[in-house]
Amino acid sequence: MNTAIKTRTITLVQAITDALDTMMEEKSEVLLLGEDIGKNGGVFRATDGLQEKYGEGRVIDTPLSEAGFVGAGIGLAVNGFIPVIEIQFMGFIYPAYEQIMTHATRLRMRTMGHYTVPMVIRAPYGAGVRAPEIHCDSTEAIFTHMPGIKVVCPSSPYDAKGLLIAAIEDPDPVLFMEPMRCYRSIKAEVPEGKYVVEIGKGKKLLEGDDVSIITWGAMVPIVLNAAQEMKEKGVYCDVIDLRTLYPIDNEIIADSVQKTGRTVIVHEAHATGGVGNDVLSIINDTSFLFQKAPVERVTGFDVPVPYFGFEDHYLPSEARIIHAIKKVMSF
Amino acid sequence: MESQFPILQIMDCNGQIVSPMYKDNISEDFVKKFYKQLLRIRLFDRKAVSLQRQGRIGTYAPFEGQEAAQVGSALALEPADWMFPTYRDHGAAFVFGHSLRNILLFWNGRNEGCVPPNGKRIFPPGIPIATQIPHAVGAALAEKIKGSNHAAIAYFGDGATSEGDFHEGLNFASVIKAPVVFFNQNNQYAISVPIEKQMNTKTIAQKALAYDIPSVRLDGNDVFIVYFETLKALERARNGDGPTLIEAVTWRYGAHTTADDPSKYRDQIESNNRREETDPLLRIERWLKNEGLYEEKWIRQIETDAIQEIELAIAEMEAFPKANPADIFDYVFAEPTWQINQQKEEYLRLIGGEAK
Repeated sequence: MNTAIKTRTITLVQAITDALDTMMEEKSEVLLLGEDIGKNGGVFRATDGLQEKYGEGRVIDTPLSEAGFVGAGIGLAVNGFIPVIEIQFMGFIYPAYEQIMTHATRLRMRTMGHYTVPMVIRAPYGAGVRAPEIHCDSTEAIFTHMPGIKVVCPSSPYDAKGLLIAAIEDPDPVLFMEPMRCYRSIKAEVPEGKYVVEIGKGKKLLEGDDVSIITWGAMVPIVLNAAQEMKEKGVYCDVIDLRTLYPIDNEIIADSVQKTGRTVIVHEAHATGGVGNDVLSIINDTSFLFQKAPVERVTGFDVPVPYFGFEDHYLPSEARIIHAIKKVMSF
Repeated sequence: MESQFPILQIMDCNGQIVSPMYKDNISEDFVKKFYKQLLRIRLFDRKAVSLQRQGRIGTYAPFEGQEAAQVGSALALEPADWMFPTYRDHGAAFVFGHSLRNILLFWNGRNEGCVPPNGKRIFPPGIPIATQIPHAVGAALAEKIKGSNHAAIAYFGDGATSEGDFHEGLNFASVIKAPVVFFNQNNQYAISVPIEKQMNTKTIAQKALAYDIPSVRLDGNDVFIVYFETLKALERARNGDGPTLIEAVTWRYGAHTTADDPSKYRDQIESNNRREETDPLLRIERWLKNEGLYEEKWIRQIETDAIQEIELAIAEMEAFPKANPADIFDYVFAEPTWQINQQKEEYLRLIGGEAK
C-alpha cells in the first residue's frame, strides 16, 4: 500500500464536492449547471463553495427549467464544454427526459460521432429521508433502458468520488445517481486528488459461499446489515454492489452466482421492468445450470413511492431481505 | 398587440421597394444573388418531393413557399456560426453550406445525412418540436464563455412556440444574454392545426416581451427584410446584447410531409392564390421586370446550373455504399458496451457475408 497518498475522512456528499472540485481545477471545460447550486451550494450542499472558487461563469445557477438547462447542456457539450448538471431530485428529471431521450443519448449515433455529448447529469434519488412526494423516486430503469447513456450509482464516499471523476471523463452522457440517504450517513477515508473508479465494474463488499446478494446504492447498508445478521446464523453472503447499472458488470454477477448457486437481488426501485430483471437475465445467460434455487427479488413495490408516512413499508427492509435469503437457502 | 408588431417589408409582392432605407443596398447583383439561392432550393425541394413519389427517398418534409425565410436568414450567417435546423429547414442548411448529398442521405434514412461538411457547424435536423432551441442556447453560451463573436441560430415553426422548450430556451437565453437568434417561420399551420387554434396571441413576436428580449415580425416571403433583420439580430448577439426573436410570416404551399394531405384541413385555393401573389421568387421577378433587368437567359442559366448540382447530388446519394449494419452498433457510445458488442457479433454472424 502506498502510504504517501493523503486521505481524509469525508461523507458521500463531500466526496461528490471533492470530485467536482478536482475536475474543475483540472479542466477548465468542466461547468456546473443547476438550480440553487451557486451561492446556496445546492440543496444538499454538493456544490458548496465551488461558485466562490470558480466564479459564476463556471457554476451557473439556472432558471427552473430542467428541459431548458439539460438541453443547453447538450449545446455546451457539443461546443467544447463538459457540463455537469445537477437535478435537484431525481423525481424532477422527467421534464428533461425528452432532451435526454431524444438528443443526449442519440446524438453520437445520429452524427456518426461528429457531435458527442460528454455530459454528466447528477440526480439525488431514493426514499428514506422523509422527503415530500416525488422527491424519492428511484427510476433508474427508465434510463438503463435508453441506449446511449450510462447509469452509475455509488454507495460509498470512495466510489462516489472515483466514479464521478470517471463520469466527467467519459466521452458519453452519464446519469450519476446519488443515494441521498447515504449522503451524510456514511463517512470514509477518501484519497485527496484525482483517482478513478471504472464505470461498468461492480465491487465485492462481503465474501461468502452460500448466497449471492446483488444490490446497489442506498440498499447497500441495509443489505450489509442483513448479511451480518445471517452470518451470525451461519449463512454466509457474497454481497455485490453493482455500482454501475448500465453497462452492468456481468462477470462479477456470474462469478458469484456460479459459486453460490443461490441469489437474492435487492433494489429500491419498483419490481416490474426494474434493473433486477436485467441481473436475472444475466444469471439466466451465464449461470443457468449452477442454480440451486430460483432467484429471489426484494424490491420496492409496483406502487408510486408513497408519502413518507408509508415509506418504511415501501422500502426493502432487513426483514424482507432475510426472509428472501432464508427462502433461497431452504428451497 | 398586433399593431405593436407590424409586418416589416423591404420589397412588396409587386416587386416595389417599400422601405427606402434599403434602397441603396438593392442593386442588381445583390438581388440576383438572393434570387439564385431561392431558385436553387425551390428546385431542390420540388425534386425531393418527386424522388419521394418515385420511392427513391423516404418521407420528405417540403418547404416550398418558405424559401425566402430560409435563404434570407442563412445568408446572414457567418461561416463559423451555428445552425440548429428542424426537419423543414434543409433549404437553410443547404444555403449555409451543408452537403446536398448528405441532406438527401438523411431523407433516405442514413446517419451520414446528419453529418455536416468539415468546419460547418450545423446540427442534425430537430425532429421533436422545439427541443433544438435549448441546444442553440447552450452552443451560444459556449461561444460567449469562449469570448468568441460567433452566434447560433435556432429554427422552429409556429407550433413550436406552444412547447415548454421554446419558453425555457428563451427565458434562459435572456437571463444569460446568449448570442442566439430564435428564428421562427410562422407558416400558420402546425400540421393541420391553424394558428388560431394553436395560440390565442395574434403574433409570435409578442411572446418575446415576456422575456424582455427584442423581437420583430417580418414578411417571411421578402428575402431582403429577412436578411437585414437577421443580420441585425446576429450583430446584437455578437455585441453581447443577447438574443432576438424573429417571426417570419410565411406559408407552405404543400403538405406538412409527403405522408400528409393538406386538402383535408385547409382550402388549397388559398395556397394557389399565395403562389400568384406573395411568392418570394415571383416578387423578385417582378422587381427585375420593373427595373428592366429581367433576362430569361440568365434565369435559364442559373436553373440549369442548379439542376446539374442537384442531379449530381442525387447520383452521389444513389451511388452511396449500402448501409453497413455494423454502423448501428458502432456509434452509440465511444466504446461499445459488452451488451452492444454481444448483440452486434451475434447479428453479424447470423447474416454472414452481408456484414461488410
